[in-house]
Amino acid sequence: MSESSGKHSPSRRRFLTSVAAAGAGAVAAGAARAAGPDPLITEVQDWARATGDGVDATPYGLPIEYEGDVIRRNVEWLTADTISSINFTPIHALDGTITPQGCAFERHHSGAIALKKEDYRLMINGLVDQPLVFSYADLERFPRENHVYFCECAANSGMEWAGAQLNGAQFTHGMIHNMEYSGVSLRTLLEEAGLSAAGDLKDKWVYVEGADASSNGRSIPMEKALDDVLVAFKANGEALRKEHGYPVRLVVPGWEGNMWVKWLRRIEVMDGPVESREETSKYTDTLEDGTSRKWTWVMDAKSVVTSPSPQAPITHGAGPLVITGLAWSGRGAITGVDVSMDGGKSWQPARLAAPGQDKALTRFYLDTNWDGSEMLLQSRARDSSGYVQPTKAQLREVRGLNSIYHNNAIQTWWVKANGVAENVEVS
Amino acid sequence: MSKFPKLTLTASVTALMLSAPAWAGEFGLGRPALPEEIAAWDLDVSPDGTGLPAGSGSVEDGEMVFAEHCAICHGDFAEGVDNWPKLAGGMDTLDREDPLKTVGSYWPHLSTAWDYVNRSMPFGNAQSLSPDEVYAIVAYILYSNDLVDDDFVLSNENFAEVELPNAGGFIIDDRETSEAHFWTDAPCMENCKDTVEITMRARVLDVTPDTGGDNAAAAEPEGAATVTEAAATETAAEPAPVEAAALDPDLVAAGEKTFKKCKACHQVGEGAKNKTGPMLNGIVGHAAGAVDGFKYSKPMQAAGEGGLVWTEDELAAFLAKPKAYMKGTKMSFAGLKKEDDIAAVIEYLKSFE
Repeated sequence: MSESSGKHSPSRRRFLTSVAAAGAGAVAAGAARAAGPDPLITEVQDWARATGDGVDATPYGLPIEYEGDVIRRNVEWLTADTISSINFTPIHALDGTITPQGCAFERHHSGAIALKKEDYRLMINGLVDQPLVFSYADLERFPRENHVYFCECAANSGMEWAGAQLNGAQFTHGMIHNMEYSGVSLRTLLEEAGLSAAGDLKDKWVYVEGADASSNGRSIPMEKALDDVLVAFKANGEALRKEHGYPVRLVVPGWEGNMWVKWLRRIEVMDGPVESREETSKYTDTLEDGTSRKWTWVMDAKSVVTSPSPQAPITHGAGPLVITGLAWSGRGAITGVDVSMDGGKSWQPARLAAPGQDKALTRFYLDTNWDGSEMLLQSRARDSSGYVQPTKAQLREVRGLNSIYHNNAIQTWWVKANGVAENVEVS
Repeated sequence: MSKFPKLTLTASVTALMLSAPAWAGEFGLGRPALPEEIAAWDLDVSPDGTGLPAGSGSVEDGEMVFAEHCAICHGDFAEGVDNWPKLAGGMDTLDREDPLKTVGSYWPHLSTAWDYVNRSMPFGNAQSLSPDEVYAIVAYILYSNDLVDDDFVLSNENFAEVELPNAGGFIIDDRETSEAHFWTDAPCMENCKDTVEITMRARVLDVTPDTGGDNAAAAEPEGAATVTEAAATETAAEPAPVEAAALDPDLVAAGEKTFKKCKACHQVGEGAKNKTGPMLNGIVGHAAGAVDGFKYSKPMQAAGEGGLVWTEDELAAFLAKPKAYMKGTKMSFAGLKKEDDIAAVIEYLKSFE
């Protein structure tokens, strides 16, 4: 087969063949003997004979076509229109911790706008000594910082409150990304405008607002604003993508994604919260008795096994198996992740690929020898505040059945003997 | 050798001091915001009414304004169309299964409704309403929720007197106390429960989108052959806009850009569906008011039944000033000012049959 004829199908076909083989009982452990010489080795292949692309073929590179399945996806029935909607990061197909911008989830309220750097203005007003307007070029002249943070939508896993619904880690846990941001601390900009006019800062708020038609705005307590909030213009080393707020977005570490205002255009120092639509009618959590929690900004510790999972089944039969996943906490760093293969009866510690970082994704691995029997696979994160990721039953016990946001429950994948995995809920 | 750096340093310090403005923070960057600029952007309204402009609007006026600008998504009675938000109803449902959260049943502050309508609505044409229109719309939403009578007039003066039913329904995040038991030193590692049963399966529910390649992975092996075939067909059926012979590709490309203004409501191309507005495949040369399954305004429907056909000329006239061209149209779009844009959009629409 020449390389051009396999445009979409090789990975699929390879998978299907191997699952079929595994299903047929060809699950011999250890190295298998080749039935005959492999033509991929014994015959000179096209790519080994002819030349490939020149350096000017792709001035800005995209993933190779064989990875065409690793893309953001949306769930059409969730929202009225794709312009005010969300899509999901293909976390089942990624490894490491950094999310490439091109497949990092998007959430817009009035669509992703195209705003030029030259047309960009950032205003700071309200209770400041001197209301100021910055251009993009001005922002580049302030001292810069680099930090890696996860950004998780408060509604990530929201569809799973009612029970196991969506069959794939991308859909159950894909409203998250993790990038290295370069930008200026919000504190630096606030101090440039001067905060003495605000008096006692303890009860003051900062209202942040975007330039798009949704005019999305959120109120942030001054304490957080002066702590670790970043006005970012680069992610993973390059300019932010349009869909993530080019040219400037806010980064609010550990707090729900809706507060990470994109196309940031205005910062107002205020006496109190605005109580905007996104912090009253949305992003609030109704409890069993009908009262609702507001200002639930922090994203609690959470984890998910990304492989094996429904979109990433086991294709190789019994034997060595890498179980891997992601863990994160808005309250600090991940200190440990436990994995269960029996639906939570017993747990074993997974290996963290690197020590957990503050408010950033942590990759975990459990290198195991699968005996080929079915598993109820779960992961459970612990963070530096001592918080342990709860089960959905534990969350429902406190919050009732009408929650939409902040579902950080333990996820279960039912991995069958043939390697196929399914999203299930267990007792 | 040692002199030059010193000189440079002195020079740059002087320059910095000269350019440093009087307000200067540490860096002296940016410029003072002008009052007009602050007035243009600082529109937010706080719960106590701070930020409200002077003005007023009645329920009666609100009904008309709402019908014109809002009803297409939110329904004539604020009851919501399709997946678009319902703005009325749901009283006393917050402690029941699937509560209905509307301005009346859930929102704590009226300021939020005013602020949101003023800054973010109508969808696709934000910040186009006058303060009086916003007061009128908010008055109508209150009326739709049975919170005021039909002769009510809302203004900046009586705004603070309106209290919403769920004003007292919120508590500040209490997870650290109500969920304190999630902080535990030693989570269970062995014999954590006796039995484990599967209580719900996602595949039984079957609401996961078809994910092309990945869905094959999610399928059971016995379905393998069919799935591969389906995928092959999918690949063959790549969207290929059918281009009529005389289309100007540059104009089509320009039209695609202009069409961004229409996209909030209209879909075009493969798989286009009716959304807030009808889907527009084949619209050029098509009878007006006749796209299957779309609920048109009465005037548009009547015009179509009366024989109106969307020729390029008719479409151009409509797109220039929709509301002048057709009184009572549901299309809440101000119109395209430039003739070039109109020509481009029409060329673009012609590329979809």
